[in-house]
Amino acid sequence: MKKYSAFAIAKEALTYHKGWGRAWAKPAPKSHYDVIIVGAGGHGLATAYYLGRNFGITNVAIIEKGWLGGGNTGRNTTIIRSNYLQDPSAAIYEKARSLYETLSQDLNYNIMFSPRGVIMLAQTHHEVRGYKRTAHANALQGVTTEWIEPKRVKELVPIINLHGPRYPVLGGLWQARGGTARHDAVAWGYARACSDMGMDIIQQTEVTAVKRSGGKVTGVSTTQGDISCNKLGVVVAGHSGVLADMAGFRLPIESVPLQALVSEPIKPCMDVVVMANTVHGYMSQSDKGEMVIGGGTDSHNAYTQRGSFHHVEETVRALCETFPMISRLKMLRQWGGIVDVTGDRSPILSKTPVEGMFINCGWGTGGFKAIPGSGWGMAELIAKGHSPLTDQFGLDRFREGRFIDESVAAGVAH
Amino acid sequence: MLILTCPYCSVAADETELSAGGEAHVKRETVGADDAAFEQYLFQRENPKGIHFERWRHAAGCGKWFHAARCTNTLEVFGTYSAQTLEPPKNITDAISAARPGWTWRNFS
Ligand SMILES: Cc1cc2nc3c(=O)[nH]c(=O)nc-3n(C[C@H](O)[C@H](O)[C@H](O)COP(=O)(O)OP(=O)(O)OC[C@H]3O[C@@H](n4cnc5c(N)ncnc54)[C@H](O)[C@@H]3O)c2cc1C
Ligand SMILES: [Zn+2]
Repeated sequence: MKKYSAFAIAKEALTYHKGWGRAWAKPAPKSHYDVIIVGAGGHGLATAYYLGRNFGITNVAIIEKGWLGGGNTGRNTTIIRSNYLQDPSAAIYEKARSLYETLSQDLNYNIMFSPRGVIMLAQTHHEVRGYKRTAHANALQGVTTEWIEPKRVKELVPIINLHGPRYPVLGGLWQARGGTARHDAVAWGYARACSDMGMDIIQQTEVTAVKRSGGKVTGVSTTQGDISCNKLGVVVAGHSGVLADMAGFRLPIESVPLQALVSEPIKPCMDVVVMANTVHGYMSQSDKGEMVIGGGTDSHNAYTQRGSFHHVEETVRALCETFPMISRLKMLRQWGGIVDVTGDRSPILSKTPVEGMFINCGWGTGGFKAIPGSGWGMAELIAKGHSPLTDQFGLDRFREGRFIDESVAAGVAH
Repeated sequence: MLILTCPYCSVAADETELSAGGEAHVKRETVGADDAAFEQYLFQRENPKGIHFERWRHAAGCGKWFHAARCTNTLEVFGTYSAQTLEPPKNITDAISAARPGWTWRNFS
C-alpha cells in the first residue's frame, strides 16, 4: 500500500499519477478463514479492521453481495453525534465519535471528518424538558453537550426561522464536536487498511446459506462456492433478518426504507447540522454546497431502497418552514436505504443461538456515526467473547426486558 | 404509492389514508406464558424479503382493521382480507401461489 501524503502527491506527479496502484486488492476467495464477516458496509469493515489491529487476527474475509459501501454506509446523511440518553449508548457512540477525531490519521485516508457542531431543535415544551434531561445525562457520562437558548440558535444558524408557522424554536441541544464525515471515504479507508493487513474483501459475492454442525457455525455458502470459517460475523443492516433466517433464528428487527435527498449546490449558508425532530426533518450543507436533507422512515416493511413519496413531501414541508430560503431550491437526487429497526431503537451486538456466529445490526436510522466504536466493540466480542462496549447490547435484553430505550431521545431518523 | 383496497368499505385507499399495524397473525400471549413466548409475541419478527402478511387500519376512512398480503421485495399486493381470521383465506394464498410457486411464511404455504 502506498502511503498518502503531500510528498507522495508531488512525487507521483513526476510520473503523471500513473503509479498509485489499487487502494484494495481483488482476491479470489480461499477455502477457509479464521473469521468471515458478511457485509462490507462501514460496520463490517471496521469490525475486520479492529480484529486485525487490536487482536492480530488477519486471516479474515469480508464478503459483500454488491460493492463495498454500497449499502446504507453510502446512502446516509453522515451526521455524527453522541448525545444519547442511556449510559451504554453514550459509551459506544462517544467511543465512535472520539475515534472519528483521528480516523483520517489512523487510516492514512482523508475521511473528511468535520466537527462543525450539531443542533437538535426543541420545538415543544416536551422536547425542551427532554433535551435538558439529555444534557444533564451527557454531563454525567462525560459527553460534552449543552442546552442553548433561541438567541444562540439564531447566531449559529442565521438562515433559521425561529417563529415557524406551526412550532417556534424554543432552544436546542448543542454538541459542538458533532458533525459530519464523508461516508464513502469511511468505507474506503477501512477497506484499504484491511486489504493492507492481508484480509480478503470479496465483492459481488452473496452469502446464500449459513452452514452449521451440532449447533456450531462451520462456514457459509456463497455465489462463489462454499467457504469454511471458525467464526462468523454477520453485519448486513437491512438484510439481518434474511441472514438470521438462513441460520434458523428470528430477530427483533423490522426492515424499512429511509430516504434522503440533496439539492443543487449553493453558496455556503449553513455551517452546522440542524435536526428538527418535531416537524420531522434535518439538514446540513455538504462541502460541494448541496443541502443534504433527511426525514422519516416508511411505516411498513420493504426492501426496495426507494421509500414512499409522501415522506419526501413531509420532510421538505418541515424544512421550508424552518429554513424559508430553501423553498426555491431544486432537488437533484433522492434515494433510499433499508434500515434495520429494533423495538428500543438501540443496536444489537451479540452472540447468537448458533455458536461461533455473531451479529451486529439494529443500527436502524443512525448507525453511520457509530461505525468506529461499533467495529471496535464487535471485534473484541468476536475475539474474546465479550466486550464492555457491547455487553449491554445483547439479543437477550429483549427476553429479559432490559431495554436501552432511545426512542424518546431520537424522535427522527438520522 | 402503496394502494390497498379496504375489504370492509371497498375503497382503494392510498397509503396516506391507512396506518400500518405490523406483522399479522401474531399469537397473543397472556398470563402464564413464559419469557420466551412473550419475547416471540412482543419482539421477534419474520421481517421477510418476499411474501408478507400484515395488519393495516383504514385510519382516515372507515376506521376498520384488516389484513393484507404483500411482497416486501417487489411491493406487489396479493390482496386484502378480513381482520377476523387466524389465517389468510384460500383466494389470497391461491393468488400468491400463482405468482410465487412454493412460497412459505411461518406455517402457511
Ligand atoms: C437515507 C439514510 C440516512 C441516514 N442518515 C444517517 C445519519 O445522518 N447518521 C447516522 O449515523 N446514520 C445514518 N443512517 C444510518 C446508517 O447509514 C446505517 O446505520 C449504517 O450505515 C449501517 O452500516 P452497516 O455497515 O451496518 O450496513 P450497510 O452499509 O448497509 O452494509 C451492509 C452490507 O451487507 C451487504 N449484504 C447484505 N446481505 C448480504 C449477503 N447475503 N451476502 C453478502 N453481503 C450482504 C449489503 O450489500 C451491504 O453492503 C442513515 C441511513 C439511511 C438509509
Ligand atoms: Zn375501509
